[in-house]
Amino acid sequence: MPTFLLKRVTTFVATLAVASLLVFAVLELLPGNVAQVILGDTATPESLAALEHRLGLDRPAAERYLGWVGGLLRGQTALSHAYDTPTAELILERLQVTLPLAAMAMALTVALALALGIHAAAHHGRRGDVGVMAASQLGIAIPNFWLAILLILVFAVKLQWVGAGGFPGWREDEGGGIVAGLVALALPAVSLAAVQAAILARMTRSAVLEAMHEDFVRTARAKGLDRRAVLRRHVLRNAMIPVLTVMGLQLANLIAGTVVIENVFVLPGIGRLVFQAIANRDLVVVRDVVMFLVAIVVAINFAVDLLYALVDPRLRAVDA
Amino acid sequence: MSRHGDFWRRARRHPGFVVGTALSTLLGLAALVSLVWQPWPPAEIDIPGRLQPPGAAHWLGTDSLGRDIASQLLVGAQSSIVVGVLAVAIGLVAGVALGALASARRGWVEELVMRFSDVAFAFPALLSAIMLAAIAGPGLPTAIVAIGIFNIPVFARLTRGAANAAWAREYVLAARAAGKGPWRITLDHVLPNIANVLIVQATVAFATAILAEAALSYLGLGAQPPVPSWGRMLNEAQAQMFQAPLLAVWPGLAIVLAVLGLNLMGDGLRDLLDPKLARRR
Repeated sequence: MPTFLLKRVTTFVATLAVASLLVFAVLELLPGNVAQVILGDTATPESLAALEHRLGLDRPAAERYLGWVGGLLRGQTALSHAYDTPTAELILERLQVTLPLAAMAMALTVALALALGIHAAAHHGRRGDVGVMAASQLGIAIPNFWLAILLILVFAVKLQWVGAGGFPGWREDEGGGIVAGLVALALPAVSLAAVQAAILARMTRSAVLEAMHEDFVRTARAKGLDRRAVLRRHVLRNAMIPVLTVMGLQLANLIAGTVVIENVFVLPGIGRLVFQAIANRDLVVVRDVVMFLVAIVVAINFAVDLLYALVDPRLRAVDA
Repeated sequence: MSRHGDFWRRARRHPGFVVGTALSTLLGLAALVSLVWQPWPPAEIDIPGRLQPPGAAHWLGTDSLGRDIASQLLVGAQSSIVVGVLAVAIGLVAGVALGALASARRGWVEELVMRFSDVAFAFPALLSAIMLAAIAGPGLPTAIVAIGIFNIPVFARLTRGAANAAWAREYVLAARAAGKGPWRITLDHVLPNIANVLIVQATVAFATAILAEAALSYLGLGAQPPVPSWGRMLNEAQAQMFQAPLLAVWPGLAIVLAVLGLNLMGDGLRDLLDPKLARRR
């Protein structure tokens, strides 16, 4: 086990390091550097040089890279050009919207997908199965932002049950509150979850079907366990391994998805932040937000790897 | 009966494949027809005739600038196909090369390729597109490169897995005994034997690319005016949701039909090309 853990942690750190090098290289070393992007094509060489100096762009690349990464590790981030606030503060503030949204969407995804997938597998080849498969085929083809627009059309434009977007905030003294906040995140969470659930439901169905045909299931049935008990105790446990992998990938997808959905519903989360940053040419914010999201994706993959080993001790043994 | 004859005979009886192929053909035809003919010039602005409902003159109505929706949809198919083809081509060429290299050399080369794909997997297409748009500006090329980069590790991993299995087969052993080198074996035996898996993945990746292009164009990172794109049409329609809700329906339907068609065709191909896999599903 220690070798396994050590190997995984090394991969995790190395992946983050290479990813940070890539982000840095793309945003700071490619032609058209930060100062050029901020000032535009009409900038004079003098103003360009002055801004480069102010931003520290005239320092060697290696020094700038180490300064950036060192700052991230110590929690001291650069100031956003547009907000004049450290990027870490901006990200933390926006996470108050993005994090609950992602959590709600993921919970919905898992609940929907497991229920539908297990139902379909248990009724393999019958009407329930065909229905779930058809619905999921359609779900996979629907862009999440279009579903979001359709939900707005139905619930905000036609029925007028909710607003077409925006976020009131979590605090009651600012006109929001827990309930108002959750209501504002409900449609965004549904639009994120529906598509992901369609993918996960298919995966769950085929994993459960595969596990149902294993010898140990026949043995369990032969010793007199009823179908439900076998499904719960033997099939689901074994089916969880491939399902977990997909869940990990989906959580990463969901993070990217929130960027899109926040823009559909005009929610002040990380996604809006990075888009306004592009419009404001605020490359410091773009760099740090992208790095933050990449780190989350890498961390999720790392966690899935560890979970794997927890669920399936065989993987630990083979790998060590 | 020849292998091809057999394929088509079975294909005709596979409902998913038939529907998928029909929808995909429709997508291709829409793009082809729009090259030579559109009901109206898609970028022609006609303010007095704005927001018309569907009718005889404008089949699907007009948008807030009086542009014909049906014409924009037809021409929009071109953007989807161009992005799909190029993004899949980038992923296919680079990914298959890397995967085949990893499989032929094994050892540290394989390890390096796999670690590279780990890093690449940390960049969803959207994040690459955000970075590229921030420095190079938004546009279809940005979308194509971002989606293409995202496809590289997908194809690299798939190729490596399938190629490793092929390398363990008797025909490769025979080729080695006959004195063929790793490159000849890869070209003559490994790649032809994993082509089916790659074709299926390419179809699915095409569908994913269409979805990604739509999302990027919706966000303003993809196609820029006056290039028509389904994603951008949805963005423009959102502003008119209270006056003309139907505007937000048509482009979405086009995306769903195109993606559904390609996915059904991909699933069908998997069943038809790999009977072993089909039985297990």
